[in-house]
Amino acid sequence: MQSSNPNTATNTAEVAVIGGGIVGLAIALGLTRNGHQVVVLDESDIALRASQGNFGLVWVQGKGDTLPEYAAISRQSARLWRSLADQLLDSTGIDIQLQQKGGLFFCLTEQELNNRQQMLQQMQQAAGGDYPFQVLDLKQVQELEPEAGPEVAGATLGPEDGHVNPLLFYRAMTEQFLQSGGRIVHSGKTTDIKPLNQGFTVTCHDKGLDQKWHCDKVVLTAGLGNKELAPMVGLHAPVEPNLGQVLISERLKPLLNYPTGHVRQTNEGTIQIGDSKEDVGFITDTRIEVLAQIANRARKMYPVLNKVRLVRTWGALRVMTPDGYPIYQESTRHPGAYVVTCHSGVTLGALHQGPIADWISHNKTELPLEAFNGQRFNG
Amino acid sequence: MNTTASLSIETQQNPNAAGAQSSYDLVIIGAGPAGMSAASTACQHGLRVALLDEQPNPGGQIYRAIGQTALQDEKVLGPDYYAGRQLLADLHQALDSNNAVTQGLLHYFSGSMVWSIEQDQSVCFSQQTFAATNSADSENSGSPVKQTSQTNPMATSNTSRRINANKILIATGAMERPVPFPGWTLPGVMTCGSAQILLKQSALAPKMPLVLAGSGPLLLLIAAQLHRAGVEISAVLDTTPKGRYRKALKYLPGALKNLPLLKKGLELLLELKQAGIHYEKHVTGLKALSCSDGQPSVKAFDPAKPDMQPIELLQQVEYSVNGKIHHRPCQTLLVHQGVVPNVQLSRALRLEHQWNTLQQCWAPEKNTWGRSSHADIFIAGDGGGIAGAKAAEYQGRIAALKIAQTLGYLTEDQLLKHAEPFRSLLDKQQAIRPFLDQLYQPADEFLTPADDTLVCRCEEVTAGEIRAIAAKGIAGPNQTKAFCRSGMGPCQGRMCGLTVSNLIAEVQGKTPEEVGYYQIRSPIKPLTLEELADLAQ
Amino acid sequence: MDNVLTAKSAISSPSDVKEVATFKRLATRTETEQAGKTVTVYVDDQPVEMQPNDSAAAAVLTSGLRYGRTTTVGNSARAPYCMMGVCFECLLEIDGIENVQGCMTTVQEGMRIKRQHQARELSGR
Ligand SMILES: Cc1cc2nc3c(=O)[nH]c(=O)nc-3n(C[C@H](O)[C@H](O)[C@H](O)COP(=O)(O)OP(=O)(O)OC[C@H]3O[C@@H](n4cnc5c(N)ncnc54)[C@H](O)[C@@H]3O)c2cc1C
Ligand code: FES
Repeated sequence: MQSSNPNTATNTAEVAVIGGGIVGLAIALGLTRNGHQVVVLDESDIALRASQGNFGLVWVQGKGDTLPEYAAISRQSARLWRSLADQLLDSTGIDIQLQQKGGLFFCLTEQELNNRQQMLQQMQQAAGGDYPFQVLDLKQVQELEPEAGPEVAGATLGPEDGHVNPLLFYRAMTEQFLQSGGRIVHSGKTTDIKPLNQGFTVTCHDKGLDQKWHCDKVVLTAGLGNKELAPMVGLHAPVEPNLGQVLISERLKPLLNYPTGHVRQTNEGTIQIGDSKEDVGFITDTRIEVLAQIANRARKMYPVLNKVRLVRTWGALRVMTPDGYPIYQESTRHPGAYVVTCHSGVTLGALHQGPIADWISHNKTELPLEAFNGQRFNG
Repeated sequence: MNTTASLSIETQQNPNAAGAQSSYDLVIIGAGPAGMSAASTACQHGLRVALLDEQPNPGGQIYRAIGQTALQDEKVLGPDYYAGRQLLADLHQALDSNNAVTQGLLHYFSGSMVWSIEQDQSVCFSQQTFAATNSADSENSGSPVKQTSQTNPMATSNTSRRINANKILIATGAMERPVPFPGWTLPGVMTCGSAQILLKQSALAPKMPLVLAGSGPLLLLIAAQLHRAGVEISAVLDTTPKGRYRKALKYLPGALKNLPLLKKGLELLLELKQAGIHYEKHVTGLKALSCSDGQPSVKAFDPAKPDMQPIELLQQVEYSVNGKIHHRPCQTLLVHQGVVPNVQLSRALRLEHQWNTLQQCWAPEKNTWGRSSHADIFIAGDGGGIAGAKAAEYQGRIAALKIAQTLGYLTEDQLLKHAEPFRSLLDKQQAIRPFLDQLYQPADEFLTPADDTLVCRCEEVTAGEIRAIAAKGIAGPNQTKAFCRSGMGPCQGRMCGLTVSNLIAEVQGKTPEEVGYYQIRSPIKPLTLEELADLAQ
Repeated sequence: MDNVLTAKSAISSPSDVKEVATFKRLATRTETEQAGKTVTVYVDDQPVEMQPNDSAAAAVLTSGLRYGRTTTVGNSARAPYCMMGVCFECLLEIDGIENVQGCMTTVQEGMRIKRQHQARELSGR
């Protein structure tokens, strides 16, 4: 990896991946495996990275309740995850701590539990019956998770859910990408992409200096930055930020067995407590109130957590489209330009590294990507 | 003077104490010289002030426990320490319910750790509460009541509160620069300041064999104080590199503006010399070892925990002088490499910070009134750049006056008139800094330690690991943190932050300024989930 | 100078080295002014006599135990380092609650201070 090397001469690469978070890196890694020469153009250290602030869930249950294609690709990714984790371990020696022994979603009221059960049943029908889940009452929950508190009405168990250490995932991908000859350049913000007759010119700007890259293909994985970049290559990515907060505790001896949508214990022993996508809508107050609400919900789930010490908090911006689903699209006006935007870059990591990278390499795919066209937001 | 009692009586009598008042003109965080002087000054001019400090008593680091110091012999700490009594007396006067000018204007919250300042300028802090047998006291829990020793604690827990501020003054002071070197995590290695705190607060002193190592005025001061206290010191190892006096000479003219302080420094050296303390100059290669020649390492083994690995303790110190390696037995090793601003709060507030190359540390930006990059937040004292206790006091007064003027309690003319004398006093204090800063800049071996040295004490990350990550061209300290967990432990990067930035700068051929620093987020100290969740109402 | 030792200097502790206090008490003002005002705390169940303004971390240092905890990562021993609340090396179990900053906690009569080994164990049951 070279540090930013401001150069007025134009640099070249076969594929430029714009944005070096987990989405960009996973695709870059897959493209390198497919034999392409790839550069990742990335921003500075203090960028609000969802990749460094996310929750680490490889989560399937409940995802895609209104879009079966999303349910399908999330599950496909979850199934590919084990081999990605193994491959990263082989090549870098980093164990990214993937666990896929199931995940619980706690509901605090009967109503919530009933609604959730209904939603999952509908998803099961949409998937032609192939959609495993279980509904548990409090007693059953406590058999799996003895610390679950009396305010928990029940939970749904998704056997395909799991979690991973997202920071080690990020690190392992970075190392493997570099090992296989990829380049990561901290070139500052990408400010312009010019479609040429042949390929594209990408301009990045850092500390008063411009850096230009010429490439045959360009993949936009700049998270929130995609909103401004997409129109430059005839694409549409109307994404908005959505602040996600995570509380992280001191290290504890093993206490929790399963990840839930809100709380999980990492391999290091820290407890991570987050808000779920579903919760953020109503929290718009100051930061402390948001954190207090997250803490309050967590202690209802696990009263034992009252006494746990919070060591850090994290805020990261989720990348949200209006309907919450990803965008995967190649530009029709400027073929060779792609946009990838999603909010669950961990869950979809294996998909990105595998089938999505293949789609970009070969211009064809078995994935139902028409469902994720950005033009769906036009009108 | 029984200070504890008088403080608690005042605040208990305050009808607003039980939290009715939650809004202040000025909230001051830190009751060291900067915060104490600012508090007295501000309420003199009619501001409603809250003064918060996480310590049980006012005084800050230099005047730690000034109201109830345990030490009998006042010669040990010397007049510079007891000078703090004046600031304490002023504070008492301001808190005195019979004081016609300041009556009821100042609230002092002891044992109150500020863990967040929100965008709306509310200040969140955590207080220890005791389930006391005295019912009057327990009713007041959560109020700015200092627990007296009469109350009988049953169990302790913490509760958090929020108060609102129009203006905020950060006076959180300095911390000793973390001094990474091989073996610095061994039990027995402590900072010089920690020994001084034990001396001030508890009249406790380390026993032989004792070695002091490092650089800077405080090293000499604390060696002298320990010696005066009758503590045997087996050696003082001065790590100030060769040629530093020559380098510092260009700043001598400024230093000459503060002759008394220069003189004090020379006197300290003389005092140590006359005491016959073994003093080594130009020491390099400092290492703390858990074994001594031929002897196995000191290991404690607990039969109750058979799976526990043997415990390694400090047993000797290794160092070089002129290329020759020496060893000394040692049970306590006190280290010091100057002090640096404690920027945890100013960082969490996202204030602008600047790298100070002479002092080799970050400090929040501020103007001559102490105003930070945020119009409503001011900074005074060592937390805004190291200048010493006297300078802190003057900066506290100047900032308080400016805040009083900003809020309409003083006219522009009054402000200039009141501030003038403190300005010239402050200038004198600041004039000597460049000389001291250049002279006592830490040697490279402490700024960018050897590969096998632990840099992050909490998560046990070595300098070598940081270098390896930096060599891959990571974007900066935050990505480093994400990759190896440095700075993720309970100290939240206080111990490793400077070193990590320095190491990345060294490997990537950048300046620490270009590399930047960890992003700090509140709570700036660990907090129980319950305490946070209780704020959800 | 006459050094007064209030801490019991050599607590017998389960260890193969004789542990001796690394800190000693100098002549104190409080002793002369408010005679007899000491508090007794228990460090790993051994009584230690302290002055009322002392911290729990100071109690460990005077008790004869040379370390206060072992780390969560490498299980290596640590003792108070800064005494001013910034290093978090003084984490102790105080009155049943683990990971309390010992240097920021004033001793109280009857306080139970325990050393910690590795990560905290939390259980509601
Ligand atoms: C250990 C040590 C020993 C020193 N000894 C000497 C000496 O002997 N002689 C000398 O001339 N100089 C000494 N110095 C330097 C001297 O302390 C400073 O120059 C001086 O104290 C600066 O005053 P201040 O008011 O800026 O900060 P301080 O005196 O440090 O006061 C800051 C106060 O803020 C409080 N605080 C910090 N964060 C928070 C928070 N989040 N919430 C609530 N309260 C908070 C702290 O508890 C502290 O009481 C020493 C420094 C240190 C670190
Ligand atoms: S000894 Fe450093 S925090 Fe207590």
